Amino acid sequence: MITVQHFLALSVILFGLGVLGLVIRKNLLIIFMCIELMLNASNLALVAMARHFGKMDGHVIAFFVMAIAASEAALGLAIVVTLFRSRKTIRTSDWRILRG
Amino acid sequence: MMESTFLSYLPYCVAGFPLLGFVINTLVALLWAKNQKPGSEALVKLVGCLFPILAFILSLICFSILRNSPEGMVISPPALFRWIDTALLTVDFRFMIDPLTATMMLVVTGVGSLIHIYATGYMHGDQGFARFYAYLNLFLFFMLLLIMGNNLLVLFVGWEGVGLCSYLLIGFWFTDEEKAKCGKKAFIVNRIGDFGFLLGIFLVMHTFLSQSQSSDLNFLDYSFIAQHKDLFLSEATLIALCFFAGAAGKSAQIPLYVWLPDAMAGPTPVSALIHAATMVTAGIFMIARLYFLYELAPVALQVVAIIGLLTALMAASIALTQTDIKKVLAYSTVSQLGYMFLALGVGAPQAAIFHVVTHAFFKACLFLCAGSVIYALHHQQDIRHMGGLFKKIPVTSLAFLVSTIAIAGIPPLAGFFSKDEILFHTFTHAPRIFYIVGFLVSGLTSFYMFRLFTLVFLGKYRGHLEPHYLPLAMDAPIAILAVLALVGGFIGVPEVLGGTNRISHWLAFLSTEIHGEEVAHHGTELILMGISSAWALITAFMAFSLYLKNPEWTKTLKEKCQQLYNLVSRKYYVDEIYDGIFVRPLVWLSHKFFWKGMDEAIIDGVMVHGFADISLVASRIISRFQSGFLGHYVVFFVLGLIGIMFYLAVG
Amino acid sequence: MELINNHILTILIAFPVVVSFVFLIIPREEKKLLMYLAGLSALVEFIFSLHLYFYFKNTGSFEFIEIKPWILTWKINYFVGVDGVSLFLVLLITFLMPLVLWSACSSIKVRVKEFVVSMLILESSMIGVFCALDLFLFYVFWEVMLVPMYLLIGVWGGKNRIYATIKFFLYTMAGSVLMLVAILFLYYQGGNTFNLVELYEHTLGFTAQLWLFLAFALAFAIKVPLFPFHTWLPDAHVEAPTSGSVILAGVLLKMGTYGFFRFAMPLFPEAFDLLKPYLVILAVIGIVYGALVAMVQTDMKKLIAYSSVSHLGLVMLGLFSLNPTGMQGALYQMLNHGISTGVLFLLVGVLYDRTHSREISLYGGIAKAMPIYATFFLLATMASIGLPLTNGFVGEFLTLAGSFQTIQIPTIIGATGIVLSAVYMLWLVERVFFGKLKTPGGQTLLDITRQEFLILLPFIILIFWMGIYPKPFLSKMNRPIENLLIQLAPEQTEEGPVQIHEEIHMR
Repeated sequence: MITVQHFLALSVILFGLGVLGLVIRKNLLIIFMCIELMLNASNLALVAMARHFGKMDGHVIAFFVMAIAASEAALGLAIVVTLFRSRKTIRTSDWRILRG
Repeated sequence: MMESTFLSYLPYCVAGFPLLGFVINTLVALLWAKNQKPGSEALVKLVGCLFPILAFILSLICFSILRNSPEGMVISPPALFRWIDTALLTVDFRFMIDPLTATMMLVVTGVGSLIHIYATGYMHGDQGFARFYAYLNLFLFFMLLLIMGNNLLVLFVGWEGVGLCSYLLIGFWFTDEEKAKCGKKAFIVNRIGDFGFLLGIFLVMHTFLSQSQSSDLNFLDYSFIAQHKDLFLSEATLIALCFFAGAAGKSAQIPLYVWLPDAMAGPTPVSALIHAATMVTAGIFMIARLYFLYELAPVALQVVAIIGLLTALMAASIALTQTDIKKVLAYSTVSQLGYMFLALGVGAPQAAIFHVVTHAFFKACLFLCAGSVIYALHHQQDIRHMGGLFKKIPVTSLAFLVSTIAIAGIPPLAGFFSKDEILFHTFTHAPRIFYIVGFLVSGLTSFYMFRLFTLVFLGKYRGHLEPHYLPLAMDAPIAILAVLALVGGFIGVPEVLGGTNRISHWLAFLSTEIHGEEVAHHGTELILMGISSAWALITAFMAFSLYLKNPEWTKTLKEKCQQLYNLVSRKYYVDEIYDGIFVRPLVWLSHKFFWKGMDEAIIDGVMVHGFADISLVASRIISRFQSGFLGHYVVFFVLGLIGIMFYLAVG
Repeated sequence: MELINNHILTILIAFPVVVSFVFLIIPREEKKLLMYLAGLSALVEFIFSLHLYFYFKNTGSFEFIEIKPWILTWKINYFVGVDGVSLFLVLLITFLMPLVLWSACSSIKVRVKEFVVSMLILESSMIGVFCALDLFLFYVFWEVMLVPMYLLIGVWGGKNRIYATIKFFLYTMAGSVLMLVAILFLYYQGGNTFNLVELYEHTLGFTAQLWLFLAFALAFAIKVPLFPFHTWLPDAHVEAPTSGSVILAGVLLKMGTYGFFRFAMPLFPEAFDLLKPYLVILAVIGIVYGALVAMVQTDMKKLIAYSSVSHLGLVMLGLFSLNPTGMQGALYQMLNHGISTGVLFLLVGVLYDRTHSREISLYGGIAKAMPIYATFFLLATMASIGLPLTNGFVGEFLTLAGSFQTIQIPTIIGATGIVLSAVYMLWLVERVFFGKLKTPGGQTLLDITRQEFLILLPFIILIFWMGIYPKPFLSKMNRPIENLLIQLAPEQTEEGPVQIHEEIHMR
């Protein structure tokens, strides 16, 4: 029997992978995908819990998250493309112009 | 006392006329500032002289009204307007004419008018002709304010106002920076005195406010102070000394006399009017005016007498060595003013005012003569380049001689009576040493004046330029003043010589103690008169013989006492001492310590910029966390997340 | 008429802002038109403000009151009104503004539109500061006023303008932020209200008073400026354009003294009583120090700026003396300083327009080339050093005479200011105007134009009017001073020690 705990565990693992990727990878595209991974991990948790409690809230929020993730990706990718155009690199270590 | 309301405002017209003259002349001066219109000088002449003469006529009318009214009467016109009106103090802009004021009014407007006329010749062709007359008229206005005001504050208005005019007129030829500096010095030294004056006024207020229950707030009025003078018993000395500080500034007494010799930078008519006849006697006028206060403060009177005596002695000794004709006269003025203070100090304000009057005649005359000489000799002021002018400018020379005799105190000219009265009072009312010094100074006066006369008018002419012709406008006022110097003393012929000492009775109200001639002293007085006349004649003769007959003696004398001579001729180095003690340290302190040190280094450098630097350093440290690496931010983010979760779990 | 009486202050505050909105539709190239319209509206404003003077009843309390709820949850009201003191300060603003704008016509050439809009907003907010009777409203105006002033110095200023304007802004901000905290604290302590009249009635605990007073006093002391907080002033003055300097000296500095008079002293009487000696000392130091430092300046504007420190020290001395005459003199001296220093800055501006230098050492003998200008300058100098028959004398005399009655030694020291002021001003006059004409191109220097003459003339007239017949001004200042003195009356201070004990027990 697959219980809600299994879903949550998977969600945690996915989220953890996302965070790990965020921290250690330097390619902006990979980082984006890690963020997507984290968002989807939370989506998974939301949907699982919603099903567990039999309420619609979690489903609704999951849709919100997807919408936000999509718009974020659109914006983010646009930025990435611009960055790549200007300097032919999307390694984060090459982009430090916001250094204090 | 006067029926119609218009007539009751008459005294204001006395001051109003010169003010009107000032306004007109200022307009002329400003409108035609750049390009002088040909007719402007004539207009200025007319306006500038007419209004003072009108003021003089009005003063005569006031005087005769006062003369014909019963004793103790004063002309007190209604207040022009209420000037200051506060919860604790009201001051009216109001005049008052009593015998003292009337006397001064006659002197100021009379001598003033003569000098105005004289200046039409002396200043002829000057670029600033209109400006000159504007200032001169303004001076007359303020001087009249000074003497006619019925309270201390109106007096102070005039007091500062004449100071302003003095400043403007000393620096009249302002393109010469030295002259402008002299004007500034006069103003600032006077301000130091005014500081004392103001403190005096504050103390008067304080005394009333702390003691009087009266709801009348006009307590700067003389009459009010006089009525309540018993309130001043404890404070009188302090107040009197404060006022004396003001008087010492205006009337050039130690330690504030230094400006008057420098004031000679102004045009000579100005020296005659302001720095000899009128303004510098304002201090004496003020103390005479407040004499009822000084009578409560014997200590203050002592101080006045001592300062007066010291000033008289010091200035007379400096006058012995000066070579600038105007400087000699300036120091002579300082010395004579010292005499007047001596008179005040020994309890004879009447004698002081008497001397003010006679001094106005002969010193104005002397200065105008000096002006004529300077004019005639193409602006030569050094007496070493003069001599033998008696034949070339006879009217001037004769007038100068008359005035010299008058100031020397040789009978029966004006100076004799007034100076003798002062010396007599000193003899009877003060320690003997005062009299001895006063006596000595009178000899010095006679000596340096005859020295001056001899060097300028007798002997051989030592200059090289042919003297100018002198216009009538210059000679006539000189002649009139000489006549006054000749006969002016007869207003105060003492009883012992068969006179009635009219001026002393006229001004008797000034002091409560009657200082008329006491019968018991008649013999003494005659002896004293004899001695001092003889003394004056002897010193005069000494000066003649020394400078005319045996000029080489002066050289040997000079060489014998080289150091003493240097000390005296450099005016005891007082200017240098003041400069070293006050001026330079203050400028240094302000510049190096206050401005550069305190302001720029400590407040701005350490505190203000210190704050800025601290925040800069702090921001540098904190901005290290803003590394620009995305990875770092994520780590912080995750750490933060873990922290929050930990907190939630534990807390 | 009733309508105008009820809303005159709102009209005065709003009118310049409304006009500045109209300016939005005028193209920026129309520089002449912009200046002309701005000057005209300032003139209209002045005429409006005369209404205040003529219909002022001198009842002793605030007049022309208007009160409208603004932010209900915080009980913040739009509450304005004037008494005999703020009345003249408002008039001073409206008097200065048209003249300043007119004089700016010849000196401001760039960004004219922004300039006039800044000036008009500045006018509104300054009037607001003096009219506001609600602490929150006061604070809003107080801060709004900073912005245009910041721009005036920063955009149209001299070479070092950025430094000066930031210094000015941060200095003032440092004080006013503390004041904001104090105002909020006062709101809770003083019965949940920002209404000044209600707060006057409220008595605070002593410790609270002390801290609040310190916060308010710091804000106002910076603005005055009192002695150690004055270093922004010379920089701001030197870098500001002429119009900025005039407004700065003429009006802004008075906000500090006004603040003490209206807020700091009456709201916290016991704290004031405790700290009075220290404030008096600072005021006296300011007088002497300002004068001495002014003496050795080499820049004309800096000299006048330091002289302001000295003059304002005198105002503070009079205000702290708590003697009715001294306070009256001090309040009068505020107006005098606005006029005499204002005209001095205008005069320096006139010279600067011609030669582009304010270095004193470059000048000499100007009186020869510009006699009428020299006359004006001399008259302004006379007013500044307090010569009788000019306004400065009445103010200085009353201030010193009054404060001598209560605090003698400080007054005596402060009175040396009258000597020192003569020293630095006459020295300035001597170096600039007298001596040989040595200014480069001096012979061709133009004497003042008709326009400049007309700008300067009202100042000179006012200088003499206020010096010869001060009654219309002084008579209206009596009642507010009485009110303040009642506020500070000793029966309240007697409670002081008792309340300290209570405070300690509460802790």
